Amino acid sequence: MPTFVSGTRIAVLLALLLAAFALAGCNQSVSEWHGKDISNLMPPLEFELTDTQGEAVTASDSAGQVRLVFFGFTHCPDICPTTLARLSQAVGKLPENERERVTIMFVSVDPNRDTPEQIAAYTRFYGDRIAGVTGSEPQLRQLVKRYRTTFGYDEPDENNNYNVSHSAGVYVFDVGGKARLLLRPDLTVAQIRDDISALAQEHRS
Amino acid sequence: MNGVNALLPYDFSPLTIASYMLVLMFYGVALLRMPASERPGPGRIITFVLGVVMCYAVMQTAFDYYSQYMFFVHRGQHLILHHLGPFLIALSNPLPVMRFWGRKIPQRALPWLAPVRLSYRVLQHPLVAPVLFVGLVYFWLWPTIHFDAMLSRQLYWVMNWSMLLDGLLFWWLIFDPRSPYITRALGYGKRMLLLAVVAVPQMLLGAWIVFSRGMVYDVYEVCGRAWPLAPETDQLLGGLLTWIPPAMMSVLGILIILRRAMYEDGRYPKQAAALAQPSGHMNT
Repeated sequence: MPTFVSGTRIAVLLALLLAAFALAGCNQSVSEWHGKDISNLMPPLEFELTDTQGEAVTASDSAGQVRLVFFGFTHCPDICPTTLARLSQAVGKLPENERERVTIMFVSVDPNRDTPEQIAAYTRFYGDRIAGVTGSEPQLRQLVKRYRTTFGYDEPDENNNYNVSHSAGVYVFDVGGKARLLLRPDLTVAQIRDDISALAQEHRS
Repeated sequence: MNGVNALLPYDFSPLTIASYMLVLMFYGVALLRMPASERPGPGRIITFVLGVVMCYAVMQTAFDYYSQYMFFVHRGQHLILHHLGPFLIALSNPLPVMRFWGRKIPQRALPWLAPVRLSYRVLQHPLVAPVLFVGLVYFWLWPTIHFDAMLSRQLYWVMNWSMLLDGLLFWWLIFDPRSPYITRALGYGKRMLLLAVVAVPQMLLGAWIVFSRGMVYDVYEVCGRAWPLAPETDQLLGGLLTWIPPAMMSVLGILIILRRAMYEDGRYPKQAAALAQPSGHMNT
């Protein structure tokens, strides 16, 4: 059927294809968020971990809170301290009624070295809105897989010091547990505060 | 992740496993039932199975885990899904198998397949195919789109499947075993031109990634790497994998087509063209 696939038809289809590509490129709607909107990309918050008292903890225990989930380890030399400090500052700048609706969740992905006591001492240093949690390696693997991230360990040196690769982003879940934002490490404290504040206010509406 | 775990899927996809099993099953059944005169030799069977197994391995073993969290492994995964795997599958000339199953389609069903046939013709048009082939590489490597694709499980699967299917279409167009002298298959000159045309933009993209000073794909930074590898090294290796092997495969493809064209040169006198039946054969 040579007439059915004539040159003009092919040209029209080619033009449509190019247009589709061009549209896909332009379709970056102007977002009011500073963080990366992940509403349609990631599943709602769900986990089974252990808190700093050694008790089992799930996502429903903190329902009604805006949760800022961050993966790290207490021996972390750079990313974790700066991220926790910036998150804590951003939360500290919120008005009282919004602040109490925000929980920073520090998930230690180094359960072999990080005991619950160590995590408690570590998070206490950065502020009172931080909940430290960890779990067995399979529990942690399940959680990081759900959020398309991972962690890995370097070979330990003679003092059993080793580096841990982990996510540098902060996953933000709204009061209903829905995945909303991914905060990249280059955001300023003010930008983080704006985003969290907007999410904390959603509670009232 | 070692031993048996390395061979198990990181992200279990029943649809993917079922598709691969069906392909191998259809291939095997056709081999057993087709007349011996049409049956591909062991070399071709091994080439086909190798191509299929390679694609399966990068999608449903621990390789997929590393592909999700290391940029250069991800580039390796797409090199196999979009280039090497389909290259081997098309080169193995599965045409007799396709003909075997084609003959099983009842006459009544043929009109219903017209849309499939039309879309196939459009996708295999010599102007559409290279645009699609390079366009998909650029599309999924567009930094914002790449970021989303690595964050969303659904998008990730769409990305990998689209690369594989497009790879199959493109390399089948290139290695179509039907001779253009006696069928309507694409001419050898055009095939070589297509191979050269798709190599250039891929080389440019790869070189751009290699020579970028900043991090182009920060998703691996944000989401953690499989092991603590310097981000610059990861990007450099990924860029090299985008740059060099696809270009080399284009060169290899051109050489194979050139050899086939020289072999067939003068074999089909013009007057015989109208009488000859389309026949599938492989000269490599």
